[in-house]
Amino acid sequence: MGSIVLKDVNKKFGETEVIPPLDLEINDGEFVVFVGPSGCGKSTLLRLIAGLEDLTGGQVNIDGKDVTEVSPAKRGLSMVFQSYALYPHMTVRKNIAFPMRMAGIDQATQDAKIDAAAKSLNLTDYLDRKPGQLSGGQRQRVAIGRAIVREPSAFLFDEPLSNLDAALRVGMRLEIMELHKKLNTTMIYVTHDQVEAMTMADKIVVLQAGVIEQVGSPLELYHKPRNKFVAGFIGSPKMNQIEGAEAAKHNAKTIGIRPEHVDVSKTEGTWKGVVGVAEHLGSDTFIHVHETGLDVGEGDLFTVRISGNIEVSHGDTVYLTPQMDKLHKFDAQGLRIE
Amino acid sequence: MAIVAQTSRFSRIAWPTLAWVVGLIFFFPIFYMVLTSFKTDADAVNPDMLFSFTPTLENYANMTDNYDYWRFATNSVIVSVFATLFALVVGVPCAYAMAFNPSRATKDVLMWMLSTKMLPAAAVLYPMTFLTKNVFGLFDTHFLVILVLCLINLPIVVWMLFTYFKDIPKDIIEAGKMDGLTTWGEVKEILIPLAWGGIVSTALLTFIFCWNEAYWTVRLTTIDAATLSKLIEGNRAPEGLFFGRLSAVSTAAVGPIIVLGWFCQKQLVSGVAFGAVK
Repeated sequence: MGSIVLKDVNKKFGETEVIPPLDLEINDGEFVVFVGPSGCGKSTLLRLIAGLEDLTGGQVNIDGKDVTEVSPAKRGLSMVFQSYALYPHMTVRKNIAFPMRMAGIDQATQDAKIDAAAKSLNLTDYLDRKPGQLSGGQRQRVAIGRAIVREPSAFLFDEPLSNLDAALRVGMRLEIMELHKKLNTTMIYVTHDQVEAMTMADKIVVLQAGVIEQVGSPLELYHKPRNKFVAGFIGSPKMNQIEGAEAAKHNAKTIGIRPEHVDVSKTEGTWKGVVGVAEHLGSDTFIHVHETGLDVGEGDLFTVRISGNIEVSHGDTVYLTPQMDKLHKFDAQGLRIE
Repeated sequence: MAIVAQTSRFSRIAWPTLAWVVGLIFFFPIFYMVLTSFKTDADAVNPDMLFSFTPTLENYANMTDNYDYWRFATNSVIVSVFATLFALVVGVPCAYAMAFNPSRATKDVLMWMLSTKMLPAAAVLYPMTFLTKNVFGLFDTHFLVILVLCLINLPIVVWMLFTYFKDIPKDIIEAGKMDGLTTWGEVKEILIPLAWGGIVSTALLTFIFCWNEAYWTVRLTTIDAATLSKLIEGNRAPEGLFFGRLSAVSTAAVGPIIVLGWFCQKQLVSGVAFGAVK
């Protein structure tokens, strides 16, 4: 079991309110990702759930029990830190055994669980090494091993992959997802990387300045962003947001169109522009179009994503046509208009 | 090719030479003290016998015959060991609290602690002697010397431990919290093992400071709790200085600490370079 409910949870550091009162429900077995720009309060929120920070107000319930005043260890949660936070003076075996030793579990059970965890995480050959002798990916696996053996009701991940290089990050991402499928335990995962959020989550919680901007599945967020912030944050490259006369035509303050929902032609189309930089990824090409005459905000940049087969080069004139059914409209408050 | 900075011949020779010269200047008084301890009192003050004299062990023989060197030495060991231990027992939790649960006042408290070291000891000489002698009746007791040595070294102890503890990533302590450690558990399982080098360095330095302390140990003791500092002081006889005898006593007093420092120099230096796995 691992359902977590936050009621009116808020946090102040001195006079600064980092998290205004918020409510959130996380269901048993869900993979929930907290995502947002740095400083948005996502890590603080995770630490409030873990019990590493005290709440200024509100209540945290785990499996229906109020744990607001319960110490971190007694909440039945495991946490994986960005820095791995392994005990550098202990071997891998002792690191993994540590939470079980603290809980007073007998040696035989400890050994069995360590062996099982080490096997599933490919750590069997490294059990007698110290963390300093391991690579970043191996350290991260040890941290996960230490989290697993406690059999927690939920796992908390605080940006666990940001210290790894790009290739390793993709591998570890898959391993964590596999782990979730296998254990079926609630996982809360904090990241600033929207790609991680989109690929891993059952449910994404988008945060900005401590406020929940939207909660939903990855595709909900992609197709129906509730406001301009979510629209700009989810999706890569970013959604083009256009204001002014062009938006007024659609009875909106702002209209948005994702780079992949724009048709490009060299002869005719709705908007005209000049190609700046073209980024060729092979399968796709991102072209950055200037001088469209559209009010796209700072930088006069309109991004389009086209299939890799179209040849365009710097200085070419292109015509852009948005796919009308994929157009997003926002009102003066930045909220979505259906 | 040639752009790569090369150590010039000058600096390869000049710097080590300078270091040796400075080292020898510092070492010379100690060397001369040891040398003088093997001269008779008469030879010690004779300018013609600076380096050429007939060595004698008379001064050392006198020392154990006349003043019971071992009692003073035992006292030195007792007060230094216990003062160091108490300073650590108080200092470790104190530095732990300030390193891992800092408040807005932490910096001020640290500064205030250090500022107590700026107080001239002479300023409190009268209240200290009067109160300990006439009010508390603690004068010339081990307890008093231990207490005073512990207190005067505590600011340094807390400062040193604080800097070592600060190097331990907070995440590791928090991981410990998640894994079920109590506050004492954090200190025992994580803090002490990880900062062990730093703690040992702090202990060694404190021990050396306690051993060498002379101002209070001389003034707050007479016989029962007198340390080696007092023994040296006591060899200033009214009829003049007996340099040979004094040098022997001094050599015997600083000898143990020099030997200790020699064996622990690696620890003293490496304690500073301590760092945990990031």
